[in-house]
Amino acid sequence: MHEFPLFALFRRACCAAFIAGGLAVCASAQEKPYFVTYSHDLEEPGNLEIETKTALARPDGGNHFGALATELEYGARAWWTTELYLDGQTTAQDSTIATGFRLENRFRPLMREHAVNPVLYMEYENISGADKTLLEVVGHDGQADLAGPNWDARSEHQHEGELKLILSSNVHDWNISENFIAEKNLGHAPWEFGYAVGAARPLRAAFSARECTFCAEKLSAGIEAYGGLGDTWDLSLHDTSQTIAPLVEWDLPRGMRVSFSPGFGLTGGSLDRVYRVGVAYELSQPANWFRSAKGGAR
Amino acid sequence: MRRQVILFGLLSLGLGTAMAAATQLHFDHVPVKDHGRQSPVAGRPDATAAGELLYRYHCAQCHQADARGDGEKKPSLRTERVRSATDGDLEWFLRQGDLRHGMPSWSSLPQAQRWEIIAYLRSLR
Repeated sequence: MHEFPLFALFRRACCAAFIAGGLAVCASAQEKPYFVTYSHDLEEPGNLEIETKTALARPDGGNHFGALATELEYGARAWWTTELYLDGQTTAQDSTIATGFRLENRFRPLMREHAVNPVLYMEYENISGADKTLLEVVGHDGQADLAGPNWDARSEHQHEGELKLILSSNVHDWNISENFIAEKNLGHAPWEFGYAVGAARPLRAAFSARECTFCAEKLSAGIEAYGGLGDTWDLSLHDTSQTIAPLVEWDLPRGMRVSFSPGFGLTGGSLDRVYRVGVAYELSQPANWFRSAKGGAR
Repeated sequence: MRRQVILFGLLSLGLGTAMAAATQLHFDHVPVKDHGRQSPVAGRPDATAAGELLYRYHCAQCHQADARGDGEKKPSLRTERVRSATDGDLEWFLRQGDLRHGMPSWSSLPQAQRWEIIAYLRSLR
């Protein structure tokens, strides 16, 4: 019996995270459960987070697919986080392919905490048209873009720059975030626009006095919505994809975090359902390992 | 197109760096209303125990397990300056962080957890 390639891909990513876990001192970050929306939380300086984000769906007229984005997120400064994404996907009755990479940087321009906290996000993408990670939805993106065969879609190369304005607030243990997205193919095509909004909170604000694994303060829940806003030729919601998705996240011991989100399409161009699974592991101060090796660390 | 890629990269780095340098934060600048706040969990052993766990998860990686810092950039939390700060000062500082000097903002934690961390810091001798 053949294993569906997505699960093999996913299993390998999980194994990599567990192996890293065995090697490293871990840290626990208070991350939000969002898959598409960004809050103003940045990676702690010196920490490296490895995260896999899987999207599972089936477009109308296409085959089931699973797309895996492996994210390496490093806290360069307390106000600057830099990330590398490696993307791939597998489509049933088709093939399994790598679809490219993304480099992104997020900066907090204001050093203080405000009622609304802006973050500037800049990304360069070198991906193929077969990318199905759905890390953002812009312009007139829709399920029709995901239905074609891989041999055809991968022939389209996309060198894109993407800018986001992230606005985020923490209010009474809730996080409320709004992202405004502008994306441009560097070779041609107009600017495309999109948005993502989300709200989330831990199920319990206070921490327990004893170690626990399955307790309310280790669980977060929320909801996010995202979609396209058209492009410079047609700045409207006409023929766009809109999705709403409940979110749940569980902070596991030793810096592990798993999250899950079923997304529901709201327009004809949207995927009816998209299921997302995230597995993250945060490595604490990996640069110190090398200092220790040189005898320079405490 | 290569030129556009290079320009985009330079724009990313330059703009972020310039804007981050535009503001600054000092621990001494705690607003009066925050300075006077008192912890709702002060002196509660359960809060101190929870704060110890939170310290281990979030703070020990920089300030060390014994809270004495690394002797370099990561300061000790067993100083007179921390002991003499009010609960409100410490909660404000945890919430704001000091991004310029490497201290992240812990506004991502629920306020109740910030008070628990402060309860633990108060227990250090």
